[in-house]
Amino acid sequence: MKKELLKFLVFLVIVMAAPLAFKGGYLLNVLVFVGINTMLAIALNLLLGYAGQISLGHAGFFGLGAYLSGIMTATYGWNPWLVMPLAALIVGILAFMIGFPVLKLKGHYLAMATLGLGIIIYIVFNETVDLTGGPSGLSGIPNLTIAGTTFDTDLKNYYLIWSFTSVIVFLAVNLARSRVGRALRAIHDSEVAAQVLGVNARIIKIQIFALSAAISSLAGSLYAHTMTFISPASFGFNFSVELLTMVVIGGLGSIYGSFFGAVLLTLLPEFLREAQDYDIVIYGALLMAMVMFMPGGLVRGIPALFNRFIKPAGKGNGHA
Amino acid sequence: MQFDQILQYTLSGLSTGAIYALIGIGFSIIYNSTGIINFAQGEFVMLGGMLTLFFMGPLKLPLWAAIPCAVLISTLTGIVFERFAIRPLRQPTPINLVIITIGGSILMRGLAMLLWGKDTQSLPPFSGDEPIAIGGATILPQHIWILGITLVIIAINKLYFYHTISGKAMRACAYNRRAAGLVGIDVRRMVMFSFMISSAMGAVAGIIVAPLTMTAYDVGVMLGLKGFCAAIIGGMSSGAATVVGGLILGVLESLGAGLVSSGYKDAIAFIILLLILFIRPQGLFGKADSERV
Repeated sequence: MKKELLKFLVFLVIVMAAPLAFKGGYLLNVLVFVGINTMLAIALNLLLGYAGQISLGHAGFFGLGAYLSGIMTATYGWNPWLVMPLAALIVGILAFMIGFPVLKLKGHYLAMATLGLGIIIYIVFNETVDLTGGPSGLSGIPNLTIAGTTFDTDLKNYYLIWSFTSVIVFLAVNLARSRVGRALRAIHDSEVAAQVLGVNARIIKIQIFALSAAISSLAGSLYAHTMTFISPASFGFNFSVELLTMVVIGGLGSIYGSFFGAVLLTLLPEFLREAQDYDIVIYGALLMAMVMFMPGGLVRGIPALFNRFIKPAGKGNGHA
Repeated sequence: MQFDQILQYTLSGLSTGAIYALIGIGFSIIYNSTGIINFAQGEFVMLGGMLTLFFMGPLKLPLWAAIPCAVLISTLTGIVFERFAIRPLRQPTPINLVIITIGGSILMRGLAMLLWGKDTQSLPPFSGDEPIAIGGATILPQHIWILGITLVIIAINKLYFYHTISGKAMRACAYNRRAAGLVGIDVRRMVMFSFMISSAMGAVAGIIVAPLTMTAYDVGVMLGLKGFCAAIIGGMSSGAATVVGGLILGVLESLGAGLVSSGYKDAIAFIILLLILFIRPQGLFGKADSERV
């Protein structure tokens, strides 16, 4: 337990100190998105890495959060702080209800069903022009404010987003180590065995699906308020694949792995700015390479490489 | 008037449906011999169209020569994909297979974009574009090409699966891979055949549809998903049921787009897909444990 707390503190110090290294500048803006993507990757990892249930539609839940917040605040003038938890609740309940038929499916069929779901949500964003502004997007979403402070600069947004992200990391780490986390891993290994041992696999899968969707929705709300403009293009199938890549690269079933995955994949396109179009090729190659050569993700693969080549005595298996 | 419209939509729906059927059969062939849903299936459809354009444009081949070249290269891509990505997989769990085929799919799409750019292009129709009147509706010669070629391919498929040794061996693998291995069938080779056949079929589908709907580096996603939808309606059969599934989907989509709203046209396929997965995962016509192949 102490080790986990220590890890979290190190994470917290790095996150809080990072802006000092980038005094303002463009990169700070990118780091805000790293925070949002970390939340999303963790949400997906809870489902995929722990419970072993794939989703290719998480960009849809992310988008629902963003649009619910955007529409209720920009068009109807509601208080953003009221809409945000409300949106998460609505998306969570929606996912809970959809979860009953969807999570009955397994493996490939589950992937296809969630993919279809994500695309239907995406089409609705595009077609309900009166509500969402359609393909040209929704603008004029207010920044968040707390006690007179408006979060309108990159630095303020950085701390806003990363406070949320840190809370999510903390909760996720705890969840993973709790009874629920163990039950999820049992389902991952063998659903039948888990049920024999008294785990209500069906309900717990649906619950984690709903939780995962709610976290994604929260990330969506925060995204809408920091960007102040949203359009359907951010919530399509490609973004679901990008999230999947983050989780797989970081390591399935590792919360900090998702953090690394999000850092890597969000910063990568920034460094490839001249070769902009290459990012899709690189995602594809990375996904394939990780599954083939490092199925445990970076957080397990790198220590394993280290043990194999640098420390031939190789004790300890480097679990993260 | 109303009747003519419905006839028109039905006819054009049938030809898109035939395309979905071809793609869907490709999904089923791989699924039946390996248990894999190949998320990269749509990319072979894209490759077919884009490669034909490439052979006709920069390489200046005539259409009749460009088509077999494009099918050949797509098929080789399918074989390479199976040999170097799927087969060496150390932990072939469903999730890993989903991830690796998705990885392969976006890699192919990305490479196509780098090689041939982002523009939408169109192939010339195979034999002119003089509309042909049928009743009160009109169709293009390309529609007839699509239906004809689809029929021929399905017939060849049937012959292959029921009247050749290797086709029978593939059916044996679909029933029970282990038992097929025990009677001396080289299961690995059959898996490679299945990738070969379905990438070739995907490529043909991509080529014959390109003169009608245009083609671009990213057409594979939607076409692939709709082909999968056809296969799901048909209960993952690689025969008549998937063809009917494709035709149903094509006609519903076309009627929906024409009579209800064209914006939601793509949503129709996915709503059908979800309904079938939720209510009848064995397909529209299947019994719970039906014959596949």
